[in-house]
Amino acid sequence: MNEPLYTSTNPTLRERLRGFVNSFGLPRLIIAAFLLMLYIAAPFVGAGFWMQISNTINRFSWNAIMVLAMVPMIHSGCGLNFGLPLGIISGLLGATLSIEFGFTGGMSFLMAILIATPIAIILGAGYGWLLNKIKGGEMMIATYVGFSSVSFMCMLWLLLPYHSPTMVWGFAGKGLRTTISLEGFYDKVLANFLQINIGTLSIPTGTLLFFALLAFAMWAFLHTKTGTAMTAVGSNPTFARAAGVNVDKMRLLSVVISTWLAAIGILVYEQGFGFIQLYMAPFYMALPAVSAILIGGASVNKASIANVIIGTFLFQGIVTMTPTVMNNMIHMDMSEVIRVVASQGMILYALTRKTEASK
Amino acid sequence: MKNKSFGTKLLTFVRDNTVPIMFVLICVFCIPLSGFSFSYLLNEIITRMGRNIFLILALLIPIMSGMGLNFGMTLGAMAGEIALIFVSDWQIWGIPGVVLAMILSIPISVLLGAFCGKILNMAKGREMITSYIISFFMNGIYQLIVLYMMGAIIPIKHFSVKLPRGYGIRNTVSLLNMRQCLDNLLAVRVGGVKIPVLTFLIIGVLCLFIVWFRKTKLGQDMRAVGQDMNVARDAGINVERTRIISIIISTVLAGFGMVIYLQNMGNIATYSSHSQIGMFCIAALLVGGASVDKASIGNVFLGVILFHTMFIVAPKAGAQITGDSMIGEYFRVFVSYGVITLSLIMYETKKRRQKSQMGLQLQQEQMEEAAK
Repeated sequence: MNEPLYTSTNPTLRERLRGFVNSFGLPRLIIAAFLLMLYIAAPFVGAGFWMQISNTINRFSWNAIMVLAMVPMIHSGCGLNFGLPLGIISGLLGATLSIEFGFTGGMSFLMAILIATPIAIILGAGYGWLLNKIKGGEMMIATYVGFSSVSFMCMLWLLLPYHSPTMVWGFAGKGLRTTISLEGFYDKVLANFLQINIGTLSIPTGTLLFFALLAFAMWAFLHTKTGTAMTAVGSNPTFARAAGVNVDKMRLLSVVISTWLAAIGILVYEQGFGFIQLYMAPFYMALPAVSAILIGGASVNKASIANVIIGTFLFQGIVTMTPTVMNNMIHMDMSEVIRVVASQGMILYALTRKTEASK
Repeated sequence: MKNKSFGTKLLTFVRDNTVPIMFVLICVFCIPLSGFSFSYLLNEIITRMGRNIFLILALLIPIMSGMGLNFGMTLGAMAGEIALIFVSDWQIWGIPGVVLAMILSIPISVLLGAFCGKILNMAKGREMITSYIISFFMNGIYQLIVLYMMGAIIPIKHFSVKLPRGYGIRNTVSLLNMRQCLDNLLAVRVGGVKIPVLTFLIIGVLCLFIVWFRKTKLGQDMRAVGQDMNVARDAGINVERTRIISIIISTVLAGFGMVIYLQNMGNIATYSSHSQIGMFCIAALLVGGASVDKASIGNVFLGVILFHTMFIVAPKAGAQITGDSMIGEYFRVFVSYGVITLSLIMYETKKRRQKSQMGLQLQQEQMEEAAK
């Protein structure tokens, strides 16, 4: 009976819905809906809602900068930076050297950034030079550059002449420990700055401000002349070259920025987490960052600051919420499986999009 | 003149075989330092050859069809593990157990391979990174099935396999009653060195199969697809289907390979056995001088020997040099990743060099034509 009435309105509604799903991406929609469901379910299963929110915000503040590091390379057409561990290693070198030189408190954080910066620039330049040699095969080689640099550093952490008693193994007197506590150094140095506490809700204002500062700087940079040129290189290298842009230089610059942001990112992560993790810890750190920005709506060759913020929030939300809520709900800890399937599925989805496959 | 050509020949030989030569040097340097006896080394290498070669051979067919290194062989390994879990739950041991596991792994492998092939067809030009991510993705699904569904939905009965909580599989599943049954049958001892003849026979049959397969219509199609997808499509080859078949064959072979690998090891590390297998097999293949677009059976054998010699001697040699045994452990991990990185870089630069050389040649020809 209602059929004729529906046919007149249905197509537009359905088309609009389909258009929305297509532009937003089905996996993204599923993940967002899943997270929403978790938040709704949280109070019913006895997990404190505000507690969960502040956990999510905290984890957001730790990870956001590493996700931000993805942006420049996506813009310049180098694809997803699976070589993030290289930047993380620069950050770790900065952190350990700063402690080794005897800096403490907030000063050690500043010094870690200062020391990590030249290392990140040098490593990033080398990495960028390499990626310019192998245009088209960036992502696979980036993955393996990350892996080999992490395993190479495993040897160096043992061999480098570190002496600070807070960092080396007690009995041998040499070789760095696998985890180093940051107490007395820069543990929570940003998080405690202007921290807001309302009941169980606590917001690490300092860390969020630091991220906002970097995100704003990135946004501003992308709107400068150099930034626009970088985006042009990413969207159409031939056109960019014709317009007089040095393609290789732009790509190199984007890789250096990405590597530097990864270095800063791991330092911020450490100050929130309270520990430096060495050896194999940075090994798989690229994958959460990659899937976070993709969940946020980025693609292999398009990304914005909003993607970073939304993506990190969704991804970290799932990471923090699934263990507690699922545990209380079905008494099974399936969080690991859900995280792996959601994040890798998201990467797969992005890699297989036809519109995005042709660069 | 002759001397110079010999020099350039040597140079191209070194350039084309950088990785194997590097590995020979590492092995020559490390073997005396490690202090292992020759017969011990030989014994170890032969064991590892029997264990790994089948798995590595599984990589050859996707390379032939131009899909690069199949990181998705992990999927086959998972299928093999699932089959072995079933077989050990049913308490079928020895050779019948191995054969049944292989048969059981086929449908699972075909399913996973078809899935992998379908997705890789959607990501042409970036097969390797995609297959790499697929292996991670499927690892999540594998965990879901093995840790939560087995025992709960999929019937698993035996207490030695199932976790005490009632569902899920134990961290290690012992295959003690199946351990090396394939290797020990028909094994021959030559001066203290055990040669698992049957395993090598199976490997030999697979080698013959691959040689034969290359000559079949399907094999020729795959090579055509590997050369140039568009030309192949114009020639009337169903490119998508051919690519999916090549991945399915690779996955099924990897499943068999995993069963052989695990019967040699004697237990399944349920949640970690498969995770590194792709990386080690690919590293070994590349060490043998293969590249992303070209690999032969010879590469497989040479690669296994060189890679595993390094793997055996590196920790001991590292301990001798630095006084810390961990250094050698990290060194071999670094070398495995380093080799893959280096091969990938060389492949990409070679591709670009060939492109520019072709351009130069074309230019020269045109100039000569103009001079005439």
